[in-house]
Amino acid sequence: MENRLSMSSSPHIRSDASTSKIMLDVLIALLPASLAGVYFFGLDAALTIIVCVVSSVAFEYLARRILKRSNTLSDLSAAVTGLLLALNLPPAIPKWMAVVGSFFAIVVIKQLFGGIGQNFINPALGARVILLVAYGTKMTQWTAPRGFSGTDAIASATPLGVLKEGGELPGYLDMFLGNVGGSLGETSALALIIGGLYLLIRKVISWEIPVIYIGTVALLSWILGPEGFMTGDPLFHILAGGLMIGAIFMATDYTTSPMTRKGAIIYAIGCGLLTIIFRLYTNMPEGVSYAILLMNTAVPLIDRYTVPKRFGGDKHA
Amino acid sequence: MAVKSKALTVLANGFLKENPTLRLLLGMCPSLAVTTLAKNGIGMGIAATVVLIGSNVVISLIRKIVPDKVRIPVFITVIAGFVTIVKMLMEAYFPDLNKQLGIFIPLIVVNCIILARAEMFASKNGPLLSALDGLGMGIGFTAALFVIGSVREILGAGTWMGITLTADLFDPATIMILPPGGFLVMGCLIALVNKLSRRKKKASIAGDPEKCAMGCPGCEKAS
Repeated sequence: MENRLSMSSSPHIRSDASTSKIMLDVLIALLPASLAGVYFFGLDAALTIIVCVVSSVAFEYLARRILKRSNTLSDLSAAVTGLLLALNLPPAIPKWMAVVGSFFAIVVIKQLFGGIGQNFINPALGARVILLVAYGTKMTQWTAPRGFSGTDAIASATPLGVLKEGGELPGYLDMFLGNVGGSLGETSALALIIGGLYLLIRKVISWEIPVIYIGTVALLSWILGPEGFMTGDPLFHILAGGLMIGAIFMATDYTTSPMTRKGAIIYAIGCGLLTIIFRLYTNMPEGVSYAILLMNTAVPLIDRYTVPKRFGGDKHA
Repeated sequence: MAVKSKALTVLANGFLKENPTLRLLLGMCPSLAVTTLAKNGIGMGIAATVVLIGSNVVISLIRKIVPDKVRIPVFITVIAGFVTIVKMLMEAYFPDLNKQLGIFIPLIVVNCIILARAEMFASKNGPLLSALDGLGMGIGFTAALFVIGSVREILGAGTWMGITLTADLFDPATIMILPPGGFLVMGCLIALVNKLSRRKKKASIAGDPEKCAMGCPGCEKAS
């Protein structure tokens, strides 16, 4: 008798998620922040984005080719890295520096460690920090936003820079919309939150890391205020600097964040704690990049101590 | 003839096959710390070479009278003696270089290359071969430091041996003369040397049933 029941091995229920679909979602989610950056910092910012994305994709292709590995351009991860890198650079950065950044992100941090899924730190963030150490002056020359009136200004400080060196702090509304100095895509909290909500709805990221990260920063900045206990300004610290883009897009990178929910919570609290320590107690104005990179390197350790208990297993399993 | 070829092998050994920095990964501390300039790399390399030759010869001469149990303290004492000589010579004749290298000259005493060669080679071989081994290792160490220093100086300061190369056309990447640059350059060089030496070895032993154990990944003759 003919067998009419066909058997296949598990898993039987599959989602249609794939790397390229997830990466496409991230690209879409970064669109508002990119547009905000181009709106506030002009066409030079658009050029920075194009240079970063094109050079990242080119380096990915060349590196895979030279290392005799399969072509992975279609998973879009190189384009995402390029775009994230651009959004983390000063808008008016010399374009060859942006290319150097793409080289470090794709070739050194990603491909030399084995390509997508093997990098031990976030490539875009790692490249940003390498550029920051290599070209300190150029990496901290911030273009002033054109504002809503469209007038050009020459140079500007980031809100956190103002906080450190003194001067008039920008208003909350300007910081929320992105009308302040800073990296290309980090200034507009509104655009980044729109992108983050899109990723949450599409289930590309889960809420734990961004919410707990930002929550930790808010809580600690309030408790550890400048005039003593609980006099801080949490809203300022949430909106200033790279916290939004870091918490929503960088810290949630699959490869470099913990696998379990419990691990993600530990990781997010660690990121928040380090960010506040760097912002308040060091001579650097901003600490999101370093905080996330340090926690990236702690992820294998976190994963090791948060292995989920096997169902039915005993305490020591 | 046999003696001569053995001497040559010993000399060449330290340069490529057992290059102390890039193959044996010994003496990492000075290799990373002083190589911000090509000139410092050479200075450090020559100082270590002098100590290496001197200590190798002396340890080889006394190898039969040193009791096995106290050999390490004896080796260290001999090495420390030569380091003191080198340090005083540098203070007298190259005060600038001495200032640049600073603590890393006295630290040659605990440089693993020198103790490793005393333990692995000089305590088992005659003085002539030991001197050649010291010279070969020293040249290998100096060459590695010079290459690392050159790359870091060119990329990090835009100069080479003090000569400006970039003519202010682009900003040199400060990171290369900072500690992370040392690790970056060192890692890339080790990868390059591994790649080159693996290719050579593959070509020489592939298919030879006496030497080839078969099954090396990527070798077409391995199947």
